[in-house]
Amino acid sequence: MLAEHRDVLGWVMVGPALLILGGFLAYPFVLGIWLSLTDTRIASPGRFVGLENFRYVLGDSVFRLTVLNTLLYAGVAVVLKFVLGLGLALLVNREFRGKRFVRAAMLLPWIVPTSLSALVFYWIYDSQFSVLTWALRTVGLVSGYVNYLGDPILARAALIAANVWRGVPFFAIGLLAGLQTIPRELYEAAEMDGAGAWARFRWITWPLLVPLAVVVVVFSTIMTVGDFQLIWIVTKGGPANATHLFGTLAYQRAIQGGFLGEGAAVAVFTLPVLLVCVAFAYRALRRED
Amino acid sequence: MGDGRSVRVTRREFLREGVAALSGMALAGLGVDALRSTAHAQELTYPVERGASLRVLRWSQFVSTDRPIFEENARRFTQRTGVPVRVEYETWTDVQPKAAAAANVGSGPDIVIGFFDEPHLWADKLVPVTDLAEYLGRKYGGWFEVCPQYGYSPPRRAWIAVPIGAPGAAINYRMSWVREAGFDPDPAKFPKTTDEFLRLCRALRARGHPTGFALGKAVGDGNVWTHWCLWAFGGRAVAPDNKTITINSPETANALEYARALYETMIPGVAGWLDPHNNRAFLAGEISLTNNGISIYFAAKNDFPEIAADMNHAFFPVGPVGRPTELHLFSQAYIFNYTRYPNAAKEFLRWIMEETQYSRWINGMLGYVSHPLRAYNNLAVWRSDPKALPFRDAVARMLPHSYAGRPGPEAARALAEFVIVDMFADACTGRRSVRDAIRAAEDRLRRIYRS
Repeated sequence: MLAEHRDVLGWVMVGPALLILGGFLAYPFVLGIWLSLTDTRIASPGRFVGLENFRYVLGDSVFRLTVLNTLLYAGVAVVLKFVLGLGLALLVNREFRGKRFVRAAMLLPWIVPTSLSALVFYWIYDSQFSVLTWALRTVGLVSGYVNYLGDPILARAALIAANVWRGVPFFAIGLLAGLQTIPRELYEAAEMDGAGAWARFRWITWPLLVPLAVVVVVFSTIMTVGDFQLIWIVTKGGPANATHLFGTLAYQRAIQGGFLGEGAAVAVFTLPVLLVCVAFAYRALRRED
Repeated sequence: MGDGRSVRVTRREFLREGVAALSGMALAGLGVDALRSTAHAQELTYPVERGASLRVLRWSQFVSTDRPIFEENARRFTQRTGVPVRVEYETWTDVQPKAAAAANVGSGPDIVIGFFDEPHLWADKLVPVTDLAEYLGRKYGGWFEVCPQYGYSPPRRAWIAVPIGAPGAAINYRMSWVREAGFDPDPAKFPKTTDEFLRLCRALRARGHPTGFALGKAVGDGNVWTHWCLWAFGGRAVAPDNKTITINSPETANALEYARALYETMIPGVAGWLDPHNNRAFLAGEISLTNNGISIYFAAKNDFPEIAADMNHAFFPVGPVGRPTELHLFSQAYIFNYTRYPNAAKEFLRWIMEETQYSRWINGMLGYVSHPLRAYNNLAVWRSDPKALPFRDAVARMLPHSYAGRPGPEAARALAEFVIVDMFADACTGRRSVRDAIRAAEDRLRRIYRS
């Protein structure tokens, strides 16, 4: 019966997927946008206030610092993850004994639950009991304590390092998959033409890797901008808000402070960043086509 | 509730409980007046609804004896009333988000035992508990002054929460090092003024025993000591009208200058400290003095007996204002009005606050929670270990975190955003001058109280 009505059958087939997307993606998204346009507090419905929340947070020094923190955190971390991930992918793309084991082990930082690795970094950066400080003291590089999380610059650097450690495998595995799709014949032909290692990378590897690299970078940027667990466990946005990201500030304002509308507005500010990423990826991929 | 199954006590039960209560009171050393008020107030009980069951959301235990005793009390309540009680635990800072979700969707735990302003954030979603609060106050010698400020809602003209107590803080210090610094380690002779206290901290530092006070996003320890310091010098965030921001004052500047001097006695790294850091540093012998609840002492007794023997507690010193200005975590229980069993919920709260249950719980926790009712000054724990004694008066000596304003959404937000902690951290670490740190805090407070 349904088979005779292909249009109906089509809707029936995609219906569950649409419901899931609508319920778990579209509804929270639209609700978040709506909340950001209201003065809703916890347990009170609130009323429409237009762009008031956005005007308010734009005038807030903590929010402006958060924008700076987020751009710095995501920008530096993604670049470092890309460079290190690409290097690692090129290394493990070679033939060597134990290749499978190394590739599997490489994934460990990525598959360990973030909260667990964040707790480890919480200890590594402890102001008094840091294993890192102990090692530096042992080799004579420092004499006292290192204030990893008490100094704004050091705290930012420490969190970026933790994020890079966790995110490099994502780049490495993603780019490795891309490297393995490049036909060997291209390299062989280039070698016969006298191309060196750099030339082969510049003119064969890189152009063929770009489409995948763009996707990996965009995905990672989105995840890094939206980071929460690492920051919340290690610094809670401190010292003096120097490590707040959009997610942690939104949580603090909306849930702990009770101002859902304002918290939603802070979260909505991630949208432009993400839209730029998506537009960039779209343009890059179209150019490749 | 007319169809409810009554648990009104019979004369025989009344006599039995009365005798038990009298015995308890006698043991606790309470006076005749308290006993008379006990007999008078004993009549309050709530008829439990038929088929009632309760979900209680509360904070995870800070000390290992808390949970078993609390659950034993709940089990006895079930035995007595037939009402099953399911107790759920969350880390104390996560209770509010859970309760917020429950308040928003109108479903979840019947009773929440949370902290600070929580009930005032969703005051119109709660069951009034005025009768219960007044009953407990009458029966147990009255509430300490801060309790109605937290439990009573002026807009609703009713008590909306039952104060449970304060996981109080005190100055934790190593006695041998204090003696070495030339001061008497006896808590009774411990520095009582901020000036004397600073002299002690400087002397400790000079002898290689730094102090340590959290200046990171330490919800408990950071807020507690910075608010104490601010108020000790007469500074305050907001006026009693709950509108006028009063942080920009010479008193606040004096508090920050004092804190800067204190900061020089601290171990490096406190600017990044969260709540657990000072516990670890103290137990490792890295610091000689800090502010904390009794949990350090509790851990030391279990795992570091030599430190437990060498440590003690004292009140926060009094500043130029001439009276105690302490802030402590303050816990209270409230009942959501979506509950189908408000009477059972009230009966449960009455049950856990009655002397037999409450004293068992507080005594078992070695005094981690300080009582909100005056009659409980005589609990055995406050006499069993002199080192716990300073925690006894935590509620009596405290001000609400909203001081001089009211608990409510604005005060909750200011606390959640660490406005006062950040101001102190900015000034102490030199990230901002005292003047600029105050202005930054003023700006944030204005925005919060205006919004």
